Amino acid sequence: MSPPRAFVGASMTQTGPVLPAVRFASVSRDFGVVKAVDDVSFEIADGEFFAMLGPSGSGKTTCLRLVAGFDQPTAGEVFILGEPVAGVPPYERDVHTVFQDYALFPHMSVADNVAYGLIFRGVAKAERRRRAGEMLEMVKLAGRADARPSQLSGGQRQRVALARALVDHPKVLLLDEPLGALDLKLREQMQVELKAIQRQVGITFVYVTHDQQEALTMADRIAVFNEGRVEQIGTPAEIYERPASAFVAGFVGTSNILSGDAAFGLTGSPEPIAIRPEKIELLAPGASVGDDRVVVEGTVAGVDFLGALVRYAVVLPGGVELSVVEQNRLGDPAQALARQGRAVRLAWQRAHARPLKGLA
Amino acid sequence: MTAATASLGPPSLARRASTALYRRPVLALALLLMPPVLWLGIVYLGSLFALLVQSFFSIDPFSGLVVHSFTLATYGELFTPANLDIIIRTTVMAAVVTLTTGAIAFPIAYYMARYASPRTKALFYLGVMLPLWSSYLVRVYAWKLILAKEGILTWLFGEAGLTWLLDGILALPVVGGPSLSVSYIGTYVVFVYIWLPYMILPIEAAVERVPISMIEASGDLGAPPGATFRRVILPLAFPGVVAGSIFTFSLTLGDYIIPGIIGASKFFIGQAVYQHQGTAGNIPLAAAFSVVPILVMAGYLSLARRLGAFDAL
Repeated sequence: MSPPRAFVGASMTQTGPVLPAVRFASVSRDFGVVKAVDDVSFEIADGEFFAMLGPSGSGKTTCLRLVAGFDQPTAGEVFILGEPVAGVPPYERDVHTVFQDYALFPHMSVADNVAYGLIFRGVAKAERRRRAGEMLEMVKLAGRADARPSQLSGGQRQRVALARALVDHPKVLLLDEPLGALDLKLREQMQVELKAIQRQVGITFVYVTHDQQEALTMADRIAVFNEGRVEQIGTPAEIYERPASAFVAGFVGTSNILSGDAAFGLTGSPEPIAIRPEKIELLAPGASVGDDRVVVEGTVAGVDFLGALVRYAVVLPGGVELSVVEQNRLGDPAQALARQGRAVRLAWQRAHARPLKGLA
Repeated sequence: MTAATASLGPPSLARRASTALYRRPVLALALLLMPPVLWLGIVYLGSLFALLVQSFFSIDPFSGLVVHSFTLATYGELFTPANLDIIIRTTVMAAVVTLTTGAIAFPIAYYMARYASPRTKALFYLGVMLPLWSSYLVRVYAWKLILAKEGILTWLFGEAGLTWLLDGILALPVVGGPSLSVSYIGTYVVFVYIWLPYMILPIEAAVERVPISMIEASGDLGAPPGATFRRVILPLAFPGVVAGSIFTFSLTLGDYIIPGIIGASKFFIGQAVYQHQGTAGNIPLAAAFSVVPILVMAGYLSLARRLGAFDAL
């Protein structure tokens, strides 16, 4: 079996002929005329933290439901550890889900929620209780075993949902925007914890999110979804530094996208190019730069003070506007605001302007 | 007067009253709640209390007049074999009717809540509610015709060559009889029919409130559909089942029309109350009989509570 091109980025996590945890082979899922998932093929390596990133309605959650077994593809085949799973009901798949709303059972205690899956593995009651206790310890909720889910905070419920889904060590854990309902601080804390737990248990995590920061922070690899298709698959660095399409360049981080005359003026080709705002240096007019740099002159049309960063809108002679971001290392933010209306020179490394057609 | 209010001109009487109420929310609340509280407090609870008081009086066996002195003798009368018979008959009927309506209503309600398209659901609602648009008496009499010896059911059994089956059913001890319309089976069938909507609607509402993600989570964690139903759907929908059973149980306990029209002409509690307060003029015994369904319901609810029926609320 030769790995498809999209899989190349995972070769470092692959050791020997290990079967991929999940494989999508030309999978489509139509809802009437709407193609929620449109001829998608990719593989998720065993033990990796895989993020499916995309805006709402891009097909990422549908893909997750196809793996869980809540939904069936209209075409193509999904494989879990090499086995085709068409017609296999969710309760016979060695795959668990952490739901967006957690879906904890309100009529059971926290411990009973966590132990629920073990009932159907034929685990005796005392042993179920013990293993649920272990899991609760791992998610730092050992003291709340007898509480009801309604007595817990959002972050605590999230941990219970995680413990419940990991208690019988599934082959794959699916997470459907699990941090979406938490506030920013808690979300950032949970991102670190989730990543640590994934390393500890070594289970394949498939993580659906619309938050590019979350995907970049946690994932070993990211699949960027748009309109039912996978736009690009790669490591966070690959996705960020070498976006394969205008959509990826715009959705993951922000990009200045130049096309037509503006691109031609800079590169000698009308092919669209993308430049990250933080890759552009803001210099005094006439400042000297190295030979490997592209240089353009412009005028500062707007300054936004963002705290850690300062963002400038710079208008080029042709009327094109570029966004430039600098670290806030100024002694006085007023210096930044004073640049408004000034002429500036912009420079960036040639390699940082990424052509958007095809992978580099 | 300040400049801000001066521009509105002199306030009208209605505006002044509104402002007065706006500044005194407690008064506004009191005015809103007074009529229903008075109605409930005096007319409803008052009559219930009067009933309770009456049940502690007794009747003079010679003059037939009510003796206004405290006694438990009237309650003692409930335990005579004839009266105990009525109480047991009614309670058993109510329990069996409730179990049957629950068993019939749950699949219908489940289908309505989880599978029916909005259009089909509307049709189901219509179907469930439609009988309630016609008079209850008309429906009971319709059933008398259906169940009568010369009725359509006897004819249908005959056409299907199943007369032996009907005869077999009617030959059953106690619940059988000369025909369905004069047997306990007939009473039971009509009770189940009449109270079914009161069971379907609360269960439907309860099943609808069980989040789909919870049902999916159960399957996801390895529970086959049967286990998901038993461990997740049923416990979460159970408050709806209990609500429905409160209707069917208490309505059966208190009804006096259905057993009067269809049945083995043996008394149910409702009929006993009706007769004692009417023709017999024994208000204290009628009152004592009326207390029985209240106590049975209280016992039923505390049992349901102990079994955890309301844990998911």
